[in-house]
Amino acid sequence: MHSDLVISQADRRPMYLQILEQVRRRIAIGDWQPGDELPSIRGLAASVQVSVITVKRAYLELERTGIIVTRQGKGSFVADTADLRTRLQHGELDEHLSSAIEVGRQLGLGATELEGRLRKLWDRKAPDVAGKDERER
Amino acid sequence: MTERLIEVAGVEKAYRFFRLTNVSLELEAGQIMGFVGPNGAGKSTLMRILMGMARHDRGSVRVLGHPIPEQQAPAKRDIGFVSEDMRLHGNVSLAWHMKLIASIYPAWDATYADVLLDRFNLHAEQQIKALSHGERVKATLLLALARRPRLLLLDEPTTGLDPVARHEILTELMAVVQDERRAVLFSSHNTQDVEQISDQIVFIDRGRIIDASDKETFLDRWRRLHLDVPAGVELPALQDVVETRTSGQIAIVTTKAYSPGLETIYQRAGAQVRDIQRMTLEEIFVANVMSNRREQAA
Repeated sequence: MHSDLVISQADRRPMYLQILEQVRRRIAIGDWQPGDELPSIRGLAASVQVSVITVKRAYLELERTGIIVTRQGKGSFVADTADLRTRLQHGELDEHLSSAIEVGRQLGLGATELEGRLRKLWDRKAPDVAGKDERER
Repeated sequence: MTERLIEVAGVEKAYRFFRLTNVSLELEAGQIMGFVGPNGAGKSTLMRILMGMARHDRGSVRVLGHPIPEQQAPAKRDIGFVSEDMRLHGNVSLAWHMKLIASIYPAWDATYADVLLDRFNLHAEQQIKALSHGERVKATLLLALARRPRLLLLDEPTTGLDPVARHEILTELMAVVQDERRAVLFSSHNTQDVEQISDQIVFIDRGRIIDASDKETFLDRWRRLHLDVPAGVELPALQDVVETRTSGQIAIVTTKAYSPGLETIYQRAGAQVRDIQRMTLEEIFVANVMSNRREQAA
């Protein structure tokens, strides 16, 4: 499998997390399909120029969360679960919403105020969809 | 079981103005170890001991299973050593050196040597004295790499190199450990290079190893906490906190053993945690050296 992951030293997130997130992203958008083989740990380490131990840690974490499976002596594969892609996309959405909540809290906003803000942005960004939504009510 | 390519235990070596004190370290096959220390910390001395070029006063050294310095000859057949004070002959070409090394070491890989010439942008026919500093370092490295030794000992291989040359060298070091039986020990005071490619990291200062661990553990444990400390609140003294800097009602705490429980401890004491920051290997290194020197002085 081709592995054009890129990690950045200027990124404040640790390197293992950058790798982990990029692998998750690849699977979420469907570039890497369930059952596909991942690059080997040493191969990926060499191609993105990070320590073997860093890639190992990212893979272990992906394994722990059921996103990939590692078969002894055979390599690592994207988990063959039907809803993996949707699960990852929902996970991503939750992460974004969580950080919005965090910023909201710092501004002293409650849940209702945040909901209002979300609704406002929704209407501005997708008026057609929002309009349809209104009509259906 | 993974094989240990380097085993150093309790090594001491005294010079008139410098001593190595109780140095122990182990390097397993398949790994890259970064050896980090300020100038004069003892990095080169230890490399020379590993090569049998200096004899330790106490302790034991085994390299590739061979006791050093007694059996250095068989060990050295499979070690590629590169250091700053290795001089190539200026009046001959790189090709001349390649031929010489090839005649000494049967494992010389001429095809790989050609690949390296290309990757390092070197011309075999060029006279050594016409090479720039960076080209000379790459030439020395090429001579070591093309022998395909199991163990590479590199003393400051990236010092004084431009970013492109450094990248080329780091790429080749990563390529070495594609083979799980091989290993690299490289010393550097460029913590960025070490942070990027090392699996294991050893910090040395004033002849003592002050800390050693795998890189992920290092980066995970060290944190800086930014605290708001209202007047009258006293911060608890904690064992793993290596430094606390206070200015007005703000304190910055550096810990070498972070866990989420630490926040609770500070909050219970009446302080508020504003931010928790990860540290770069460079910041960890400096904080480590400074706290260690304070301890030694106390």
